[in-house]
Amino acid sequence: MIGLFQYGFMIRGFEVGIIIAAIAPLIGIFLVLRRYSLIADTLSHVSLAGVALGLLLKINPLVAAIIASVISSIVIERLRLSKRIFGESALSIFLSGSLALAVVLISLTHGFGVDLFSYLFGSITTVKQVDVYIVGILGFFVVAAVLLFFKELVFVTIDEEAARVAGIPTKFINMLLIILASLTVALAIPIVGVLLIAALIVIPVVTALQYGQSFVKTIFFAEAISLFSVIVGIVVSFYLNLSTGGTIVLLTVFIFVITLLTGKKDHRAH
Amino acid sequence: MHTVDHSQTIIELKDVCFSYTSEDVVKNVSLQIHKGDYVGIVGPNGGGKSTFLKLMLGILRPASGTVKLFGVDISQFKDWSKIGYVPQRTTVDANFPVTVEEFVMMGRYSRLGLFHFPKQDDRERVNKSLRQVEMYEYKNRQISELSGGQQQRVFIARALASEPEAIFLDEPTVGVDVKTQKQFYELLRSLNQKLDLTLVLVTHELDIAAHEATELGYINRTLEYYGEPKEFLKGDYFHELIGKGGIRH
Repeated sequence: MIGLFQYGFMIRGFEVGIIIAAIAPLIGIFLVLRRYSLIADTLSHVSLAGVALGLLLKINPLVAAIIASVISSIVIERLRLSKRIFGESALSIFLSGSLALAVVLISLTHGFGVDLFSYLFGSITTVKQVDVYIVGILGFFVVAAVLLFFKELVFVTIDEEAARVAGIPTKFINMLLIILASLTVALAIPIVGVLLIAALIVIPVVTALQYGQSFVKTIFFAEAISLFSVIVGIVVSFYLNLSTGGTIVLLTVFIFVITLLTGKKDHRAH
Repeated sequence: MHTVDHSQTIIELKDVCFSYTSEDVVKNVSLQIHKGDYVGIVGPNGGGKSTFLKLMLGILRPASGTVKLFGVDISQFKDWSKIGYVPQRTTVDANFPVTVEEFVMMGRYSRLGLFHFPKQDDRERVNKSLRQVEMYEYKNRQISELSGGQQQRVFIARALASEPEAIFLDEPTVGVDVKTQKQFYELLRSLNQKLDLTLVLVTHELDIAAHEATELGYINRTLEYYGEPKEFLKGDYFHELIGKGGIRH
């Protein structure tokens, strides 16, 4: 176990992994409860286009992914508000459109390199020191924003109309949530990769929801599952030479299945 | 006997029109609701009852005309803690992972404002609201564990938690059995009479509105009647309503 930390990339991997594990459920709970889970998937594909653009233009792919993801999230929210097209259709257009763009950009850079593969599925070995700083600073920003606007986010999520009547700036809160989601998705790329981010954001939350608890307890439970999966996933993938992102997500799925089989019986009101 | 204090206008609408498409859903509605009034809003399905309520609460903005809350134009209105809102129960996901206490605490948010977190006196106010609706012993239960009628009381408690002067209710007893409904309206009556709370109740149940409310509004695009329930029952509206299937009697 000690041998693990002899490698600089492992330390960087753990640092970034723990930050991502902490912020993913914090955003995930609001996305899941608002039935916005698909947005995580969409933004991850947008991030891939960002990564491809970064690789093409030789700028930090993580930075490019963040910019692409945040800008797209704002456009998606505006499209949803304008009601000119269905929210889900907007997401589908962005998902396939950005994937198409990513593929075209990749073909311009002469195909899939090792780099791109690690962005697709996550690989802690490619986490650079500058990535640690970016994830650290923006991760802190995400946590701070969720804490500062926690009660507004909860109210808007459970009952948007009543929140509006209570004088809460619901449009601002909705926009904030989607921007925070876009940041979380982009930041998670180095560890779990574009194709597996949505799972890390959604599965720990859905698992925690199996146990009818208070809102705060649900978040803590989701955090525990997420942190456990990421830490154990990194260690296991290191020793067994497996894909980091894949191992982490499989662990979250494993815990989800266990809770489904052992969870309390459904006594919910219909 | 409860007397209505007409000295303070809670809400005032002047020539309010609203449309989703080209046709007006609400047309030229003018009305004043005063402190202590218990207003029942009835009308046929699709007659604009819910739209009307949303206009009064600022959820929808009128195409023309003005809405004033406590004398202030609704676009400038900031004192939202004076207003309690009980939405249709079905608009809230009953499987949401919140306890009764967490849910009722949301009623305090309009008083707390941004960047402030609940303190001891907010928790005490939540307890008081829960006692007022006789749901205190359920405060640590998850909201999904409650029956429809209990959830409805918790919704009222949330509205009460902001210490409002007026509570607006949108079809509050949909999907609730008759016995529970009766208790629910007894609760509303006592809130109106003992606390002098102004109540605005949108319902498809004319018999209940006519029996419980002090003022009755009949809305079918325009506000065709506003006044005492007794007078309303003498008019033709009642038969018109039954004909259009807008009420359950």
